Amino acid sequence: MAEIVSLAEAVERAIHDGDAVAMEGFTHLIPFAAGHELIRQRRRDLTLIRMTPDLIYDQLIGAGCARKLIFSWGGNPGVGSLHRFRDAVEHAWPVTLEIEEHSHAGMANRYVAGASGLPFAVLRGYNGTGLESLTGDHESAPTIKPITCPFTGETLTAVAAIRPDVAVIHAQRADLSGNVQLWGIAGVQKEAVLAAQRSVVTVEEIVDHLDPRPGAVVLPSWTVSYVAHVPGGAHPSYALGYSVRDNDYYVAWDGIGRDRDAFRRWLDEHVYAVPAGHP
Amino acid sequence: MKDLNPAAVSELTYTADEMMTVAAARALRDGMTCFVGIGLPSAAANLARATHAPGLVLIYESGTIGAKPTELPLSIGDGILAETADAVVSVPEIFNYWLQPGRIDVGFLSAAQIDKFGNINTTVIGGDYENPRVRLPGAGGAPEIAASCREVIVVVRQSSRSFVERVDFVTSVGYGSGPGDRERLGLTGAGPKKIITDLGILEPDPATLEFTLTGLFPGVSAAAAKERTGWDLAVAPDPAIIAGPSPAELAALRNLQRGTVYPPKEQH
Repeated sequence: MAEIVSLAEAVERAIHDGDAVAMEGFTHLIPFAAGHELIRQRRRDLTLIRMTPDLIYDQLIGAGCARKLIFSWGGNPGVGSLHRFRDAVEHAWPVTLEIEEHSHAGMANRYVAGASGLPFAVLRGYNGTGLESLTGDHESAPTIKPITCPFTGETLTAVAAIRPDVAVIHAQRADLSGNVQLWGIAGVQKEAVLAAQRSVVTVEEIVDHLDPRPGAVVLPSWTVSYVAHVPGGAHPSYALGYSVRDNDYYVAWDGIGRDRDAFRRWLDEHVYAVPAGHP
Repeated sequence: MKDLNPAAVSELTYTADEMMTVAAARALRDGMTCFVGIGLPSAAANLARATHAPGLVLIYESGTIGAKPTELPLSIGDGILAETADAVVSVPEIFNYWLQPGRIDVGFLSAAQIDKFGNINTTVIGGDYENPRVRLPGAGGAPEIAASCREVIVVVRQSSRSFVERVDFVTSVGYGSGPGDRERLGLTGAGPKKIITDLGILEPDPATLEFTLTGLFPGVSAAAAKERTGWDLAVAPDPAIIAGPSPAELAALRNLQRGTVYPPKEQH
């Protein structure tokens, strides 16, 4: 059963130095407040997993929380580069960042395998790309390999399952028992939570009882470790029905992320000086 | 906001980017299904919906199928896409059930680097993979869009720096190193049929699959296009002169863009 706790307590108890952490949310419902709390609690040596690192991982990478990044598209959507990510890869600032990169289809299927309790997933993908030959061969076993279909003999691509220590997501609502409900663009959050050992869910609202909502994703309380009430916890991403995406913030981030000093000032003012759960 | 009236738009004044977007929109037919990349492709696909192709089905990798935004989204997951879609599905579903089986007519992509066989690089430029000069965002949905859509159209500004003999990294496969490569690799879609730039249109030579200049925008010379290409660009015997944007096209494009936040220009 999920425990309903404060954001600071959820992060403190669920996420430890060196963990593999998947903070998911595909443009929508990105758990920014939880990311800022990880920075405040000065977690280190994390393996950060996320299809689209977005500003949330740009911030964590720039703050020195990450040792490794597993991802499929590391840009500021519609705007340009993630400059903290680039600075880490191009200049090892503030620390060296190991990367393991995939396509979206590959990452999505790796989460499906993790959620399914399978060691790998199969797809038609990567053939002829540079990703096929390099991904994951740095220190561990490669995470992309050809596989022959036992029925047709066709050569397909196998991708290794992702099994994070912790998944962190943001959702619209939970009830007092810790059942979680989210809707709109649902990304890979269900798969990330079911693939992970532990999970943290921040929510816009805690209600007595969840009313049924056709098409919504429901994560029963017994699949979730911690729920924290964090209204606005997805900003500058959004929660459909509660907020809109702050596109001006994404554009403004380009100037903050581009400059190390501007980024340090942003960290001091907007993360370290702010109490948990007040994004 | 009051919509612009086509009569108020002078067809004599338009930018190269507007011409490119209009030409890309014209490449889409009504009723097609289109897997849309963000940025230039999204602007063109939405323009097509707003003009000659109201039945165009826009599909974004965020899982929004049949999105009908009234202004251009900044990201592939803006709320307006989910709120106007026929269906919203998960990310594993959009790639596995919708893209992979070859259900989508056209994939609409952009590129940081592209080569004469239409291979796309959005991963690294310069140096080597471990120590790149420029780290780009990476693959996203593009490798499988390029592999599995029935055909692909690329929309990208043309320069000798971005149009190269060989891409530094193959993120998404066009025709590989030439005829037979897509079949050998088991790629189910037909590959890139057009590269639409701010100068004109390139199409693959039927025999060699090398991209060749087949169309020019008004006022652009073949020599200028060759100068802004990093390989020895072949020019079709009699390249078409493509009509400039109509007042209706320009008005529709500017109406779409008026509500949009403008990002800073990317610098590599």
